[in-house]
Amino acid sequence: MTQHLDAYFGEFGGMFVPELLVPALEQLEQEFIKSQNDPEFQQEFQQLLNEYAGRPTPLTLTRNFSPNPLAKIYLKREDLLHGGAHKTNQVLGQALLTKRMGKKRVIAETGAGQHGVATALACALLGLECKIYMGAKDCERQQPNVFRMKLMGAEVIPVDAGSGTLKDAVNEALRDWAASYEDSHYLLGTAAGPHPFPTVVREFQKMIGEEAKEQIVKAEGRLPDYVVACVGGGSNAIGMFNDFIKEESVKLIGVEPGGHGLSSLKHGATICKGTKGILHGAITYIMQDEHGQIEESYSVSAGLDYPGVGPQHAYLHDIGRAEYVAANDDEALEAFQRLCRCEGIIPALESSHALAHALKLAEAATEETIIVVNLSGRGDKDLTHVHRVLEAGGHYE
Amino acid sequence: MSKRYAQLFAKLNDKNQGAFVPFVTIGDPNPELSFEIIKTLIDAGADALELGIPYSDPVADGPTIQKANIRAIDAQVTPPQCFEVLKKVREYNADIPIGLLLYSNIVFAKGLNTFYQTCADIGIDSVLVADVPTRESKTFCLAAEKHGIAPIFIAPPNGKPEKLKQVAELGQGYTYLLSRAGVTGTETEASMPVESIINALKSYNAPPSLLGFGISKPEHVKAAITSGADGAISGSAVVKIIEENLDNPSELLAQLNQFISSMKAATQR
Repeated sequence: MTQHLDAYFGEFGGMFVPELLVPALEQLEQEFIKSQNDPEFQQEFQQLLNEYAGRPTPLTLTRNFSPNPLAKIYLKREDLLHGGAHKTNQVLGQALLTKRMGKKRVIAETGAGQHGVATALACALLGLECKIYMGAKDCERQQPNVFRMKLMGAEVIPVDAGSGTLKDAVNEALRDWAASYEDSHYLLGTAAGPHPFPTVVREFQKMIGEEAKEQIVKAEGRLPDYVVACVGGGSNAIGMFNDFIKEESVKLIGVEPGGHGLSSLKHGATICKGTKGILHGAITYIMQDEHGQIEESYSVSAGLDYPGVGPQHAYLHDIGRAEYVAANDDEALEAFQRLCRCEGIIPALESSHALAHALKLAEAATEETIIVVNLSGRGDKDLTHVHRVLEAGGHYE
Repeated sequence: MSKRYAQLFAKLNDKNQGAFVPFVTIGDPNPELSFEIIKTLIDAGADALELGIPYSDPVADGPTIQKANIRAIDAQVTPPQCFEVLKKVREYNADIPIGLLLYSNIVFAKGLNTFYQTCADIGIDSVLVADVPTRESKTFCLAAEKHGIAPIFIAPPNGKPEKLKQVAELGQGYTYLLSRAGVTGTETEASMPVESIINALKSYNAPPSLLGFGISKPEHVKAAITSGADGAISGSAVVKIIEENLDNPSELLAQLNQFISSMKAATQR
């Protein structure tokens, strides 16, 4: 009998795509199930993670970043991974699946460009043709990443339609896939979208939390009080949370982009402020108007600028297992600079949102508190942007 | 369930004709002109109507229909306004089958029950939700059935027998047969023949099939009918005429009239 994975997380998730794409998604589901039980696949994936990407990544206790001696802040160093962010993990997994399915071409969407870069490097390594859709506005904001992708042989297609950001790049990738699924894999970049992507991406990212748990227990002899990660689509957060979900004493906190503030219209805090709807194949929390038209999100960080969120996060929120909060642009920028000065680490703007919330938790601590933050990526890609923002007094778009 | 599709196909059968069904986005480029456009489609000989409700993220559509969606949204057209236009269309013609083609979040945001209730009140005959495949269709079908609306499903060119069987069993009114993979648009022509799929659908007693995607010329309509389809749907080619004549409504309507007549003429067996 054919095995299937559950397409839903409570009421969230599903496979809301044109009928044409269903066979391609079901093929991916089957190949994924087979690969999970195939030692050869697991060995190749593990070998790439260790010898190519640089796993395991360290867990670093910050020396000066915490504002409160009672609170210890640890960083899970996905910024040190090859490619500069956690994205590399799951891309290697999906690229191996692509080869197993006998497909020769990969298409992907990218927001900040991190997923595009990760996809491009995996395709270069594994000999796959690579086409990346990227919002025209994002191409502008993330020039160095566009160049990186091209250097590694990817074709980058700027998408002008709509808001010219991540959501429009996803639309365009889906349109490409509807015509090309026979020989192409859509390598979706986050734990969102139609089934089975939220599950596949989580399973290929869950080593983040598994390693972190082992490392923190080794360092402290106990589990942390808080695990904190930024949430755009939610792949680094679900990878970090997954192994801690069963540890009920550990508070899981997802930090959404608050942009100019949750009372403004310029943010991307989908769970904090959004409503239930269907976007890009899944029932989840989305930003929409009363009639169901998708609204444009906003964040200083392109990687969090998305009006939807992975369905498992929507579920974890609804059952109360994880808490979702927001950090706005200013707070993220401040945390960004503080980590640079205090620790000599330049974080990605995305991860800076998680850092900003960790600072709030640390400040509020009245007893010994251990906080683990997923430092999901490094900030090299953000330097030009942050430079401009800071020169403009913190208010630049 | 309304009898309009059944009556239409019976009537066309008597005349030895296939159906020609044009698609436009409601509210493109504005509600007033959109009503005139739809009236013109009917007057020029359309056998049924396939009408879209504008949506911000139409992932199954190619560039032409994407632009139509954007034009309507830029003109601040909302789903309630679309329903107003639809009311007028139904008042104008009581017999023509009217199908809606739209995306799931528009239905979800209104609430499935309320959405299909509204459709029934206006006299809509069918609803095709482009991003609800058969495997996610249960709640949509239940709401449709409750209010007597025919749910339409897409028979894909890559459809395996069990998929086609599902499409045949769940669908009512008509079956939307895809001529090819990809998104809507005239950029890629329809590919024919699709006899094997049509035969499979017939063997499962599917509702009559209308061939869509890449239908832009009378010879495409003819080929669709020759290959055994019960008719053809043309969207992007119709919308293109709107796009190219935005500044000149009377020319727009004249060209539409001419195009629809020529497409309809090609349905004679």
